[in-house]
Parts: sequence; C-alpha cells; structure tokens
Amino acid sequence: MSNNIKDTNTDFEVRSLDAMCVNDEQVNTPAWHNVKYLIFGLLFGIVLIKAEVVSWYRIQEMFRLQSFHMFGVIGSAVAVGALSVFLIKKLKIKTINGEEIILPEKTFNKGQIYGGLLFGFGWAMTGACPGPLFAQLGYGATTIAVTILAAIVGTWVYGKFRDQLPH
Amino acid sequence: MTIIELIKQPWPWYVAGPIIGLMVPVLLIFGNKTFGISSSLRHICAACIPSKISFFQYDWKKEIWNLFFVFGVFLGGIVTAMYFKDDQAIVVNPSLVSELSGYGITGINGLVPEQLFAWSEVLTPRGLIMMVFGGFLVGFGTRYAGGCTSGHAIMGLSNLQLPSLIATISFMVGGFIMANLILPFILSL
Repeated sequence: MSNNIKDTNTDFEVRSLDAMCVNDEQVNTPAWHNVKYLIFGLLFGIVLIKAEVVSWYRIQEMFRLQSFHMFGVIGSAVAVGALSVFLIKKLKIKTINGEEIILPEKTFNKGQIYGGLLFGFGWAMTGACPGPLFAQLGYGATTIAVTILAAIVGTWVYGKFRDQLPH
Repeated sequence: MTIIELIKQPWPWYVAGPIIGLMVPVLLIFGNKTFGISSSLRHICAACIPSKISFFQYDWKKEIWNLFFVFGVFLGGIVTAMYFKDDQAIVVNPSLVSELSGYGITGINGLVPEQLFAWSEVLTPRGLIMMVFGGFLVGFGTRYAGGCTSGHAIMGLSNLQLPSLIATISFMVGGFIMANLILPFILSL
C-alpha cells in the first residue's frame, strides 16, 4: 500500500485532474473529526431538498428556460462563494488549525468539454447531479440507488479507459 | 407560523443559493477542503473496486472526509423526510406539466416522477435509459470533466477558474440538448 501512495504522489498531473486529491490537510487530525463533514453534508442535503434543487421537475424547467429558480440558486451560490474566496485571499484567512488555505488551480483539458457535455446529458435525464442523488435516496426515492450504482460504474469505466480517451 | 412550518415550505432561491455558496468557505476554513461531490464516486471505486487501475490507486482514506460529507447529504434527505416534509404538491410550470402529460407522466408530486422512477420501470427501455444510462453518464461525465456542479460550477467559478467556466458551459449545453432535443424521444418510448 505504501508503495502505491508513493507512486500516486509522484503523478501530480493525474492527481491534479481531481482537485480533491491535491488538497491534503497537513495537520493530522483524529478520524472522529470527520464527523464535522457529516454535519455539513447533512445541512447541505436539507437545503438541496427544501429548495427543490433535487427535483427532477426543477432541472427540466431549468433546461427549458421555464423557471428562474435553479439559475437563481446556482448564481447566488457562486456569488457568495466568490466573495468568500476573495475575502479568504485578501485577508489571508487561515483554517481553524492555523494552516494557510490552499486553492488549487485547475488546468484546461478537452475532458472538461467532452465530459461536461456527457454529464449535461445525464443531468437532464436523471434530473440530478451527484449531490442530489444521495439526497433523493435519503428522502425515499429508493430507485435512485440504481442510478447511484450506475454512476459508480460510469466513474469506474472512465478510470478504466482514461488513457484511451481524448483529453 | 412556527419556525418548523416556515422550514417546511419550499425555500426560495435567494435563501438556498447563499447557504450552498457558504459551503465553499466553511469547508476551506474548517479543513482546507475544496467543495466537490462527484469525487466521492471515485473514492468509492478506489475503496471497493480498484482493479489495479492506476486512476484508482491512491490513498482514498486521505479523502474520507468526502465520503462523510456525502453520507451526511444522504442523512439530510432522511432527516428532511422525517421532520420537514412539505405536504403541498410541487408547483411546476404549466407548459412542462402539459408536455409531460403527453408522455403519460401525470402524477406530479414529490421530487421525481413516480411513473418514471419506479422499481417496475427499471427494466423497461425507458427506465433503463433514464435511470441506468443516465446515472452512468453522470458518473462517467463528471469524472471525465474533473468535477460536477459543486466542484466546477460552484467551487471552480468561485475561484475564477477558466476550466471550470468551460466545464459549466458544457454541462448547460449538454443539458439543453438532452432536455429539448433527445429527451422527447426517450420519454415517448
């Protein structure tokens, strides 16, 4: 296992395709500290459902320009997020552990277009992006378990054929 | 009106959007994490079916916070169903209602059309395409694009990343094409 870690850590190009994997916290925190992420996720899930972001109908309305709702949600989320990132950079705000906050730069590759279009197709069909899928399942739409499983398979197939795909 | 009754009503965009946006600084400040959800699917692959594929050979345990987060989202769904469920039917644009009734989708309540996303539909051509192929595209496409609505559209745009803008435009173009040009054929099956 340690060998694998060493191998992947030398491959920053691959890891940087995935923002999640270059952004490691340096401070070692006990595992139970992860519970805070569970609480953030829980709040996020409640917001997604109560604002009907997880509704198949709202997604259909968005892609047919029949409602402003989803554009308002995403637009105001980006506005608040951008202001926060600006303030974090400007005021050099640190994490609660006193670490400098790292914001990874993304590099362009054609996958963002091809993959983006394919995800757009899937988004309009299932009426859900990955976050809402988990919220829908929790809310009681049990068949969404099939969709989540299919999404895991889709991720795996991408990993399997990654080298053959244009990037 | 009590607070619980207020919470139970559908939340307007200007309440939900800013709260979702606050996920960005909260995750950064509490743990130096960038907001993103589709990576959880990759971590599940890495943990369960890595199959010697280099894309899944990494220390997924270091990213376990992401799995805690999505499990929280799942629990959020359960908590909402138990305590904050709205008894009113969802209000949908009339032209969408009439379009859907043309495909036999009439029972408009809840989050997803029951006539489309029912267990009895999973193995029909329409259900297979919508649930299984649609889900496959969500997983394949997000990983190919390197993120989803949260990682690119919200986190990436908040950090003024051009690749995220390109990805977000591609998501929207794909969605417009599917919803307006292809979905009518699928829903007619």
